[in-house]
Amino acid sequence: MKPLSKLYIFLVFLILYIPILVLILFSFNSTGNTGSMTGLSLYWYRELFSSPHTFNALKNTLILALSASVISTLVGTAAAVGIGKIKTGVIKNGILSVTNVPMMNPDIVTGISMMLLFVLVGTLLGAEEKLSFWTILIAHITFCLPYVILSVRPRVLGLNRSLSEAAMDLGCTPLKSFFRVELPAIMPGIASGFIMAFTLSLDDFVISYFTTGNDFQTLPLLIYSMTKKEVTPDIYALSSLMIGAVLILLILSNVVESKGKGKTENTPAKMAERNGLV
Amino acid sequence: MNKNKFLSGKVAAYPHVVWSVLFIVFPLIFVIYFAFTTPGGAFTLENIYALGDHKETFVLSVSLSLIATFFCFIVGYPLAYLLAQVEPKKQRILIMLLMLPMWTNLLIRTYSMMALMDDAGIINSLLKALNLGTVRMIGTKAAVVFGMAYDFFPYMVLPIFTSISKIDKRVIEAAADLGSNPLRVMTKVVLPLSASGIISGITMVFVPSISTFYISQKLGGGTFDLLGDAIERQFQNVNTYNVGAAISLVMMILVLTSLWVMNRFTDSEEREVRE
Repeated sequence: MKPLSKLYIFLVFLILYIPILVLILFSFNSTGNTGSMTGLSLYWYRELFSSPHTFNALKNTLILALSASVISTLVGTAAAVGIGKIKTGVIKNGILSVTNVPMMNPDIVTGISMMLLFVLVGTLLGAEEKLSFWTILIAHITFCLPYVILSVRPRVLGLNRSLSEAAMDLGCTPLKSFFRVELPAIMPGIASGFIMAFTLSLDDFVISYFTTGNDFQTLPLLIYSMTKKEVTPDIYALSSLMIGAVLILLILSNVVESKGKGKTENTPAKMAERNGLV
Repeated sequence: MNKNKFLSGKVAAYPHVVWSVLFIVFPLIFVIYFAFTTPGGAFTLENIYALGDHKETFVLSVSLSLIATFFCFIVGYPLAYLLAQVEPKKQRILIMLLMLPMWTNLLIRTYSMMALMDDAGIINSLLKALNLGTVRMIGTKAAVVFGMAYDFFPYMVLPIFTSISKIDKRVIEAAADLGSNPLRVMTKVVLPLSASGIISGITMVFVPSISTFYISQKLGGGTFDLLGDAIERQFQNVNTYNVGAAISLVMMILVLTSLWVMNRFTDSEEREVRE
């Protein structure tokens, strides 16, 4: 590779990382100065951890991401299997197109459309607080579903039908044959769908912003409310911790993937393709 | 066919179908319903007429998003192309480095841009230290475009990288052997064969750019509105939900039509290649 090409790659990555590195550096600043480093300290980290909001938001984010990804993985896997059994092309395509709507629509439209539904239903039921943990959970399940179906469906399409037929000929009930033969074969798709749903839910801000109740704040919403006021470095500290967590997750998930698949299957191109969806 | 067996298959899709109707179809019907009614519930076209007040916001949103998308493409395509030539071991690390910002929350990425460009931020402190005076960056359209491009840049590079990596090296060699110069190989072979990556890159940058409200709020300093800001503002108050729904409806139609057109474009490309 020519030196000029190397320089180009280096420069682009430099620009991509300068803001992030600066943010991490300034999280260790000893004063509230956001323009220059006045000394190294962990002051802003202590400040962050002394706030009860931080832990509460972290707890909420994890509960929400876990519930949303478990439910959407269950419903989505069942859907991917069931859709494969539908013979009528129009119905099948109709279901798949509707499923993809939240993936293609801008997040803000998905967010406000669900908010309208929740507010309307809440008013009809006479609820005082129309938005709550339950509404944000429904919203997260809804936008995770297409991604789960997207990662499970190729595995379902690739199933060898003779195997499940053989299982049934040998005396398995259809249900038993599903759990013994088909489920293990589509498991990798289910696992990556689950991870994707979990990450998407952790990361979501826009849809959460429109569908959550006043008493349920997630980490992205906490960052948003913190940045509404003036700039203080405790947000830098929180952001740095989140970047660190993401880095660990990213390395772990790619180590796990490459172990599970063997070297030839886990080329950087495949890696990019998997993650390009997020 | 055994009826029981028949049922056990299709039934699995039912919870999802019910869920989609309740939480995808119904909400979209409500957007349309709200767009054409008054807060009291009577039919009206006023919300649609009110869109005229947002014409400038509309034009500004589309143009800033297009500039950001173009910028991402111009910088991102060469990067994706070069990354595809790097040896696998280094490539793996570089792709991970590209994905890290993507996995990092959008608010954090935008916030880190703000730390750089703020009036009392790092760039201005440096300029001051060098006695060059300060530059106001927050609140300018350039800052917003730069923020969009920065936030969504990896989404442009990754799909293009994937499609370039899939190109059979022998095709490129064959073109060169048959007398094409590098520029011709690029325009006649590499670019057309990576079209699907380019299309998904463009949509993955354009759609979040045109609907953002966070980037414009933070980097635009609230000095001008984009479509996302307009929608967000209308939904702060119950009485303006209807206008907000009308703007959202237009945005949705715009995005879904452009996605549909783009998909048709790649479909026909692929069909041509197959034939």
